[in-house]
Amino acid sequence: MLSIFLVAVGGFFGAIARYGISNWLKGKYPSFFPIATLIVNLIGSFLLGWMIGANLGHSLQLLFGTGFMGAFTTFSTFKLESIQLQAEKKWKLLAFYLGITYTVGILLAFIGMKIGSSF
Amino acid sequence: MKYIAVGIAGMVGASLRYLIGLSFQHLWFYDFPLATFLINMVGSFLLGWFTLLLPRLKFLPPVMIPALGTGLIGSFTTFSTFSVETVELMIAAKWGITLFYILLSLWGGLLFSWLGYRFGSNKGRRRK
Repeated sequence: MLSIFLVAVGGFFGAIARYGISNWLKGKYPSFFPIATLIVNLIGSFLLGWMIGANLGHSLQLLFGTGFMGAFTTFSTFKLESIQLQAEKKWKLLAFYLGITYTVGILLAFIGMKIGSSF
Repeated sequence: MKYIAVGIAGMVGASLRYLIGLSFQHLWFYDFPLATFLINMVGSFLLGWFTLLLPRLKFLPPVMIPALGTGLIGSFTTFSTFSVETVELMIAAKWGITLFYILLSLWGGLLFSWLGYRFGSNKGRRRK
């Protein structure tokens, strides 16, 4: 019961943080390219990697990892934005978006885990 | 108000993801991260669908549009867990599953998002 409470609290703040960053960036740099989701997913991959590497306790992992980082990053919005780029026939941006998200996201998770486990 | 609604929906989305992950621990014993994969596919479909559906629902308070899409589905699906699971598969030198997971998530996510989007737009046309 406590576990799900920790995940829910993390999810509350993770979702708000993503929404806030997304609104702020869209206001500041209006563009076709979904820069907000990209940044959120890359930062989240790094930080979750770091948490897994650092081997936080179970409760902290549920609060910050499963809850906050899980909700902060998003897969569905990433895919929806990709489909919208496809619908507008912005092929280069689409390939760039998919390529950068996957390669840099996985790389940053790896670097995060290495840094986390070495401290 | 929008922020609070997104946060509350985020609590539900994250909790659902956690519960599904827990139940899969007793159902799925293979290396492929099936729980995250299915969550991401279902969420991609639902968000694609909601994007065209929700703004058309007249009875829905406007605050519910970001709450259900960005909050609920956005928090239900996750990219960070996908990245970390991929790295864990790589570290375990399970290269076949790693590649399979990346490619299936890449193309599967696009397919389900597109299907949801199409599903939403077809419904709209029929109603007119």
